[in-house]
Amino acid sequence: MFARGLKRKCAVDEEAAPAYSLQRQSLLDMSLVKLQLCHMLVEPNLCHSLLITNTDQQIQEEMTQDGRWCMPVPQTAGRASRDLLVSTEILCCCTWEGVHPAPDPGDLASEFQVVPAVQAPRGSPGSVWGRDGPQENRGSFHKSLDQIFETLESQSPGALEQLFSDVHGSYYDLDAVLTGMLGGTKLIQDGLDHVVDILVET
Amino acid sequence: MLVCQGPGIGSVTHKSTWALGARTKKGLLADVISTVEFSHSGDLLATGDKGGRVVIFQREQENKSRPHSRGEYNVYSTFQSHEPEFDYLKSLEIEEKINKIRWLPQQGAARFLLSTNDKTIKLWKISERDKRAEGYNLKDEDGRLRDPLRITALRVPILKPMDLMVEASPRRVFANAHTYHINSISVNSDHETYLSADDLRINLWHLEITDRSFNIVDIKPANMEELTEVITAAEFHPHQCNVLVYSSSKGTIRLCDMRSSALCDRHSKFFEEPEDPSSRSFFSEIISSVSDVKFSHSGRYMMTRDYLSVKVWDLNMESRPVETHQVHEYLRSKLCSLYENDCIFDKFECCWNGSDSAIMTGSYNNFFRMFDRTTWRDVTLEASRENSKPRASLKPRRVCAGGKRKKDEVSVDSLDFSKKILHTAWHPVENIIAVAATNNLYIFQDKAN
Repeated sequence: MFARGLKRKCAVDEEAAPAYSLQRQSLLDMSLVKLQLCHMLVEPNLCHSLLITNTDQQIQEEMTQDGRWCMPVPQTAGRASRDLLVSTEILCCCTWEGVHPAPDPGDLASEFQVVPAVQAPRGSPGSVWGRDGPQENRGSFHKSLDQIFETLESQSPGALEQLFSDVHGSYYDLDAVLTGMLGGTKLIQDGLDHVVDILVET
Repeated sequence: MLVCQGPGIGSVTHKSTWALGARTKKGLLADVISTVEFSHSGDLLATGDKGGRVVIFQREQENKSRPHSRGEYNVYSTFQSHEPEFDYLKSLEIEEKINKIRWLPQQGAARFLLSTNDKTIKLWKISERDKRAEGYNLKDEDGRLRDPLRITALRVPILKPMDLMVEASPRRVFANAHTYHINSISVNSDHETYLSADDLRINLWHLEITDRSFNIVDIKPANMEELTEVITAAEFHPHQCNVLVYSSSKGTIRLCDMRSSALCDRHSKFFEEPEDPSSRSFFSEIISSVSDVKFSHSGRYMMTRDYLSVKVWDLNMESRPVETHQVHEYLRSKLCSLYENDCIFDKFECCWNGSDSAIMTGSYNNFFRMFDRTTWRDVTLEASRENSKPRASLKPRRVCAGGKRKKDEVSVDSLDFSKKILHTAWHPVENIIAVAATNNLYIFQDKAN
């Protein structure tokens, strides 16, 4: 998953933590929140929940292989910590070379105005980082996560516990959940504990 | 071959007022079009919406006195197919949104279609009445019963012409067979059976029998925690009544032969393209999930739609598709944002033209894409009121992914992701297409027609 050439660093110094790990962490947090929101629905969409769960598992597997869980920067750090959760576009691209170019449309008839081959921008991770797009997305990214966390934080601790109390079982066993039979999923439980830790530290 | 230069011969707007004034408590949301389907002859076009309504359009006959109106589609029939229901056992509301409509081949004067929401499939008969009987013996013209003792003479009722009335009546209700959400229905080429598919199971029905169905595919694991993929779409082969395909959330397609066993858990063919390791990311699985699968009219090929591309498969080659068409590759670098706002889970459909030489699918910003398979040309068009005046040609659109934006190009960052074209349909014979843009229906036609 790592782009070639991107060196891994020990995350002792949080400010020097690799951007990739931070973004991977924020993606994990986002996935967990999404799963929570899925289960707030009266009848969760099975496909939707499954895809998010599988994504979540992939991230956790990779983090396990890395040998560490990257604990989030404490909420008490305020805006500074949020600023570290920059655009996660970097997670979308595995190589920095961009997509394969499409066939040259130059020899096609002019009768049809063909959409020219659209190529992803080439360049170093730095250039991907610095474009307007990521910053614009950063804003929207902050807004949605902020809204979610504020909603959850505004409730009393009792309400929070209640929120998480009934989600112990499989996320996609509709039959079991609906008939009151709850199983256990360690991986999901670990993720839930992680999310609770984030909120409790607020 | 000319795909579709498409002047808008008529821009048809799907409005709630067409539902005869019925408004649901959800208001405008009910008007969002959720499925579009041409009949087998193409003279009828059915749409379903989130409010459970079906609106059928009919193509006008050729009329020499009104040459411009030839080929225009006008409202033919509107009816409420599904109502919101409440499952008391599970305390769940069942949405009335129409997920799919499929026409039955025409066998008589009446037309039949299947419509489905998440749980229940219904067979509707649409028939015309242009005569009514007058002169009944036992009741007056206003319907009041006459006293039989006061009847002194008998008369024979006679048929008199009346204004055309189109009636839609539910003939069959196929219920209680799906635990999960129905995503597909497909009529078999035997014209007697059809399949319905949900996330984990596919059932086979006989059109005449509503109290039972056969389960032909079941991928539900004994332990739900072992679930790794779900069924996303299914379809019968257009000619071979024993063959069906279903796609999965992992980007695979399985072809099953119902002759091999009663339960088709073991596929006859397995279609999967090897993953390109250089493009792998955390979103690889999500974007590989197949949202639609359609056989070509010839039955030799099938087409699948995943998040970024459309692939054409030869049924004789399972290892990889024979064609891959990029729909909006410029979104690959935006997958994280699209995951955040849930757009990455949007389910786009795709369709073939009548001769299988072209394919079409939707995108964002009310754009839709058409690919000519013989010339390998493709075009991006936009379905919007501002850009579609009646009888004006559609102007091709371009998206600029980065660098300097040229004139008339749309930048990726200014795309409106709330304007998505998920549902499109192509006339079975002619170059006429129907494009659903949220709550508006656009019908475009080739200038040559």
